[in-house]
Amino acid sequence: MSTGAVSHDPIAGPHTHTSRSVTMTMVLVILALSPATLFGLYIFGWPAINLLVLTLFSAWLAEIGALWLAGKPIRVFALDGSAILTGLLLALSLPPWAPWWIAVFGGIFAIVVGKHIFGGLGNNVFNPAMLARVALLISFPLEMTTWANPAPLFAAASPGFLEGIKITFIGFSEIDALSSASYLGHVKTELSQGATVTPLLEGIFQLDQALLGTRNGSLGETSALLLLAGGVLLLYKRVITWHIPGAMLLTIVLVASLMNFLSPEQYPHALFHVLAGSTLLGAFFIATDLVTSPSTKRGQILFGVGCGLLTYVIRTWGGYPEGVSFAVLIMNSVTPLIDYYIRPRIYGRTHTGAPVTYTPKKIKKQLHLEDDAS
Amino acid sequence: MKLFRFRGGVHPQSNKVLSADRAIEAMPLSERLYIPLQQHIGAPAEPRVKQGERVLKGQLLAHSQGMISAPVHAPTSGTVLAIGDFTAPHPSGLPVRTITLEPDGKDECLETAKLISPFVLEPGDIAAKVGAAGIVGMGGATFPSAVKLLRDEKRPIHTLVINGGECEPYLTCDDRLMRESPKEIADGVVIMLHALKARRALIAIEDNKPEAFSAMMKACRLIGNVDVLKVPSLYPMGSEKQMIQTLTGMEVPAGKMAMDIGVLVHNVGTAFAVHQALRNSRPLVSRIVTVSGGAISNTKNLDVPIGTLVSDLIEYCGGYKEPPARLLMGGPMMGQALPHDRVPIVKGSSGIIALTAEEIKPKHTMPCIRCGSCVSVCPCGLMPLEMAARARVNDAEGAINYGLMDCISCGSCAYACPSNIPLVQYFNYAKGLAAKEREEKSKHDKTRQLAEFRAARLEREAREKAEAAARRKAQREAKKAAEAAAVKKAEAENSEASA
Repeated sequence: MSTGAVSHDPIAGPHTHTSRSVTMTMVLVILALSPATLFGLYIFGWPAINLLVLTLFSAWLAEIGALWLAGKPIRVFALDGSAILTGLLLALSLPPWAPWWIAVFGGIFAIVVGKHIFGGLGNNVFNPAMLARVALLISFPLEMTTWANPAPLFAAASPGFLEGIKITFIGFSEIDALSSASYLGHVKTELSQGATVTPLLEGIFQLDQALLGTRNGSLGETSALLLLAGGVLLLYKRVITWHIPGAMLLTIVLVASLMNFLSPEQYPHALFHVLAGSTLLGAFFIATDLVTSPSTKRGQILFGVGCGLLTYVIRTWGGYPEGVSFAVLIMNSVTPLIDYYIRPRIYGRTHTGAPVTYTPKKIKKQLHLEDDAS
Repeated sequence: MKLFRFRGGVHPQSNKVLSADRAIEAMPLSERLYIPLQQHIGAPAEPRVKQGERVLKGQLLAHSQGMISAPVHAPTSGTVLAIGDFTAPHPSGLPVRTITLEPDGKDECLETAKLISPFVLEPGDIAAKVGAAGIVGMGGATFPSAVKLLRDEKRPIHTLVINGGECEPYLTCDDRLMRESPKEIADGVVIMLHALKARRALIAIEDNKPEAFSAMMKACRLIGNVDVLKVPSLYPMGSEKQMIQTLTGMEVPAGKMAMDIGVLVHNVGTAFAVHQALRNSRPLVSRIVTVSGGAISNTKNLDVPIGTLVSDLIEYCGGYKEPPARLLMGGPMMGQALPHDRVPIVKGSSGIIALTAEEIKPKHTMPCIRCGSCVSVCPCGLMPLEMAARARVNDAEGAINYGLMDCISCGSCAYACPSNIPLVQYFNYAKGLAAKEREEKSKHDKTRQLAEFRAARLEREAREKAEAAARRKAQREAKKAAEAAAVKKAEAENSEASA
């Protein structure tokens, strides 16, 4: 006869579970970002590698420090992958040859102010990576708008390992390798000074460069194709759904096309907007951040539309050439409101919450009662 | 027939292959049977027998109390050893009033009256016979079936749905019953149709049971108003509300019942029991139980007399392969965790599942990352993350605002949650909190009412007292005045006489 004693703390079901976990979700997103990350490291060389490593480490150590201060179990949370993901997203949105203190300050700011001050995992209102990026941009505009031209890793123009260390920790003096405007910024400046779209874009916007990523920009935003591939992986694995990226991209396309149609020489076309800047990175990896986006599908569509609209508005009429980070932060602040008002329809109730009613005619129809001979 | 889709739902690994091909075996009689008096929703049954009395198989042991109740019958012949407390098959392990029966091995049946065809009976009589047979919902809900077979002229039933969904993983009892006794089930369905005077019946079977589907199709081929349909295998398809939505496109209105839209749902096992009761005069004294799970040596589908201990079933199945991490009565999604196996099988025990740690996939709970998976899978359109957040801070009203009272506790949300948050536990807690608050409020209202009545009564008494006093005073004064007047009159007469 078996012992029969199986006692445990009484707990309601279910007593089985999907294999999806928080760590697995983080790992999948990191995996989806790796092609674009590796490509970015390749074309921007050693300084970019240093920057990435520094940002990841700063974020991770800041996480451990914050957990210790808050008295939370360190091992469980430090290994959940969320700090690494935040660090990665931040690094991908930084200028590739930024100095070491940008990485360290940004990483610490993102984790401590962007996440732990709000209560840690799941409680932050704003996307931590974007919060840090915007804080850096406003505080250190010079360093945050100094862009490196692509210099593939093993080519002659690329700095070697030691030179890379020097660039990251001490600074660089060769001005030819840098430019003070990303190409989104350059286009904006030129347009504001009266240039027209067609000749301007002809000169600098090359489709193959934009798709592949051999152009200047932040560390991870350049390769449209690789970012798109990562986004498709996330959709396939059901980490994200089409609602936010779809809504954001469609809104940008529609608004840009409309403005381009109304005044083709003042406003660049939709393809430019989608491929330039961090639109794709933002649509698939930043706006879709689970904690800071709405939890209902309709809410997510509204969120995506808002992000897209604000991105375009800030890019075109705002003071900064890049709008994605600001747009996402503004929409993050609206998320609690969206979640409060936009709720799914409850079974057995109408949208207003009253119980559904069926007329006898409707019941007859649904139960196929007219078909009966009796 | 066109089918509709319900919102959300999850696809847990079904694991039915572990027991789906095991034909139903009769469970041999145990040394003792422990028959609880509460195996159904409603008032417990009241014992009719005394300690030491010998009973026959099918004899009434306890009668129902009131309309929402069910009687309990002896699963076999034997002696009533005791009427007292025994461990209930419930996670709490709390006791329930139970009749202990010692089988005498003869399995002697109670003599029953000659059988009449159920179709000459009045529909009300069919319901009465079903009630007298102690039949309750065999899908696990155990609602007294007689109540659900009474025809209500104000809410006529047009469509009877027979639930052959069995969406819970591991459970194969309904599957086997449909494969092995399709004609009996079909007969039960036709009897039910007669009782309800409903126009047609739809037997819905999930598409992961092709053999059961063909068996039922064959059995119902010549019955004109009974259709057998395949429905998609999706949890919780077997839930009444979702089944109705899939088959008819209509939703049961909040706060109302399926009867209000002309539909009624009964489990295939209930239909089988109705057949047994109306054709063979057999009350509900046994049921099919699936014994399965990774920790069981031999999985089986057993025909078990009510009151058999779970430990006896496990022993009959070869015992445990390894100590189970959890022992469940029911399926893994909505089943109840048993504290140990010395509890009896009751009318609603569809399965005994002994799970290993790998099958449960236990993980520690992380904070909610607001991923919204729970919202996507909820078949009722609720927001589990918001309800749980409010339950966590004892805000029952807030949780109700987000739909807590519309929750069917299917567990899809907790199944899908990547942070392993025990959402259903939070909802159970919040529902309990809401019930307590309601009770306290009603008590508070009653107390206030009583205080008001008392104040009014005191005021009334004081008023009456004052009126009475005033009346007495007026009387006294009138008397005095009359006396004074009389004296004066007498004086006047005297003076007149003397003058």
